[in-house]
Amino acid sequence: MKTKLWITGLAMATAMSATAPVMAEGEVYIPMPVYRVGPYATGGTGYFGGIIDYYTLMNMTEGGVGGMKIIWNECETNYNDQKGVECYHRQKEFQGKQALFFDPLSVGISTSLVAQGRKDKIAIIAVNHGRTEGQRGDVFPYYFMPGINTYDEHSIITAYIGELEGGMENLAGKKIVLLFHGSTYGREAVEFTHMLCEKHNCSSEAIEVPHPGNEQTSQWLKIRRSKPDYVVLRGWGVMNPVAMQTGVRMGFPISNLIGNIWSNDDGDVKPAGSSANGYQAITTHPTGRVATVIDEIVAKLYDQGQGDLEDKSRIGSNYWNLGVMAGVIHLEAVRVAQARFGADVNSAQVRWGFENLNLDTARLTELGANGLVPEIKTNCMDHVGGHQAKFMRWVYAETKWEVASDWIDGDVELSQAIIDAKAENAIANEGITPRDCNDPAQRDDFDV
Amino acid sequence: MIYRETGTFITSYLEDRKLFPIPFDKWAMAVFMLFMIFVVPFIASDYWLAAHLIPILAYGTAALGLNLLTGMTGQLSLGTAGFMCFGAFFTFNIMLRSPEWMNLPLAMVLAGSVTGVIGIIFGLPSIRIKGFYLLVSTLAAQYFALWFFRSYPYFLNYATATVTLPDHHFDLFGIGETFDVDMASFEAKYLMSLGIVTALALFAKNLMRSATGRNFMAVRDMDIAASVIGIPVIRTKMLAFFVSCFYCGVGGALFCYAYLQVLGIRTFEMNRSFEILFMAIIGGLGSIAGSFYGTVLVYEFPILFSWAGDYLFKGAFDTAVVDNVAKITYGILIIALLIREPGGLAALWATAKQKLRTWPFPH
Repeated sequence: MKTKLWITGLAMATAMSATAPVMAEGEVYIPMPVYRVGPYATGGTGYFGGIIDYYTLMNMTEGGVGGMKIIWNECETNYNDQKGVECYHRQKEFQGKQALFFDPLSVGISTSLVAQGRKDKIAIIAVNHGRTEGQRGDVFPYYFMPGINTYDEHSIITAYIGELEGGMENLAGKKIVLLFHGSTYGREAVEFTHMLCEKHNCSSEAIEVPHPGNEQTSQWLKIRRSKPDYVVLRGWGVMNPVAMQTGVRMGFPISNLIGNIWSNDDGDVKPAGSSANGYQAITTHPTGRVATVIDEIVAKLYDQGQGDLEDKSRIGSNYWNLGVMAGVIHLEAVRVAQARFGADVNSAQVRWGFENLNLDTARLTELGANGLVPEIKTNCMDHVGGHQAKFMRWVYAETKWEVASDWIDGDVELSQAIIDAKAENAIANEGITPRDCNDPAQRDDFDV
Repeated sequence: MIYRETGTFITSYLEDRKLFPIPFDKWAMAVFMLFMIFVVPFIASDYWLAAHLIPILAYGTAALGLNLLTGMTGQLSLGTAGFMCFGAFFTFNIMLRSPEWMNLPLAMVLAGSVTGVIGIIFGLPSIRIKGFYLLVSTLAAQYFALWFFRSYPYFLNYATATVTLPDHHFDLFGIGETFDVDMASFEAKYLMSLGIVTALALFAKNLMRSATGRNFMAVRDMDIAASVIGIPVIRTKMLAFFVSCFYCGVGGALFCYAYLQVLGIRTFEMNRSFEILFMAIIGGLGSIAGSFYGTVLVYEFPILFSWAGDYLFKGAFDTAVVDNVAKITYGILIIALLIREPGGLAALWATAKQKLRTWPFPH
């Protein structure tokens, strides 16, 4: 009996693998390194849910991208660098098709893969975050951070604080504390925060919250001792609501706590309850049902009982909207590549697509994404493209964000110097030969 | 049938002390090693080399290092990832700041030695405190390493948080340039790791068969009795810390150089220490081969589980469900294994060997 069962199982397994769908012509494969488990699951389920919903919609309405059906598979990374690297190697080829690009939404995973991606000619995507010197496309041709980079983010936050104080000159003598997540991602802003304050004559201090950040009493006691005018929160996941609650408990005014790009989700403010009322945070993409593409996803997927989010109330939430935004950018890059190379593009050609994005208002309106996605125009020297953001304020009574500012530009000049210095360091120490972006032949060659 | 001693006659003391007294064992090991060296690099895909074999070799080195300290000498340690961190950072700095002739294996040995000395410093409390209390003091090494490298960006060459390790660090004596071989390919990295790990494992095996190894075990079993019979307890403990941390340091260097290709502090957080402790315990404390069995189980289990999830159910279940079920199953498996066989996988293997010897007529 036991043997029989075993044989049946084996037979079933063989049958299942035999009936596995073989990738047909006319399909493109995009890997999905999700994280649905662990302390960062809020970000992972929202972001990858948004991407999957947008891809599904495109498969439904346009038959994929440029006539090619989009297929994907999932690999659980747990937001863990080492698991992410395993997922990358597992997913870079699927049923004989090469992955077009790899977007793990983790600065640790994406930075671990910068060199490997270049070897495999697979672009590594890090929307709104990442290793900042990666902006220099001549040095890092296979690394993209569409949206804003860490330095834009913090110079925009400083500019907004200046706005709140009634002018940048009023920043003089003020004290700003950067409360950051103890990770690669968190630490990246420390140096630049000090630079910004040097420029505007304010004083700055950086305080680390060890991962995952569910206990911050000692950090906030330290903040209380140093009496800052503003605290910039560079958090992630569970660290954010804990920072708001602890800060309010210690008597820090919530309106002077400014959240960064990964501290602006509904899931960050809702657990903090009334403490979060009046909390402000930066965003590249407003939350809510702000674009026609979102209405379309709701009508064609969620109203039909489909869609990737389990909790429908998260439609329009920050991470999900970011996912939809990423989906729009991903497929636009594929389309740009398809326009030059034909429908069946490879990963190196899609890399060229990411480098030649031109998402202006007209194109975004065409895609139904105007109001959700900022204008992004990338080129060989600039793999970021956006460099601007807005602020929003949490209204506890109505459980929604209200827009608090207009588009604010990042201090690209101040950051360019530090980006260039870091890029030079990378060239010297990592054995990289940069391209010459002024040479049209090198600039237009997709296969670098 | 297999593993029989019948027909093997030992006629001298030298023969009695052979590493593999049973011919079958010797041949099996030789075939296995030849397979790993000459066949695997040619048949294994990048995925198998980069995401399975190389990390297992790197983890295995660290687990072996911990096993020498905890399993052989009885000194508990939770600082493994910290020592790996020292090894990795020192290797990088030696490669970065040395003249041309420096090569990676030599840098690893040097970095391992420095790590060993640091290990002795953190091992000093073991002279006075024992068991779980020592665990706390080695924990300090873990936090010290992270704090140290975070506070002195010099060691990361002033990079923000991570450094991508350059390919040219892998070139050995200019072989790559002269013969136009890619020394940073996964095949080359795998062979380099395999060579280092084989050498280290052989050294550990021989160390344990020597007087030093017997001193280690005597200290483990009862240090007061050991000192009564004239074993220098303090020196033995310090030596154990040195050797163990040397192995952990080399393991850390392999982890960054051969596996992740990126050097960063986050790689060596507390979790990594626990992971390696589990590898050593599950594999079998006090067994050299066991360190590697444990590594394979701990590292491969979640991956195999998610594979099975992919292939059998074709994504019918959420990855979250598969991942959580994997964690539950893994926990149950470990509890069951340790209740049934506290000696870990190595003891299980020894039992299997014994059974194989008398198979098919066990009576």
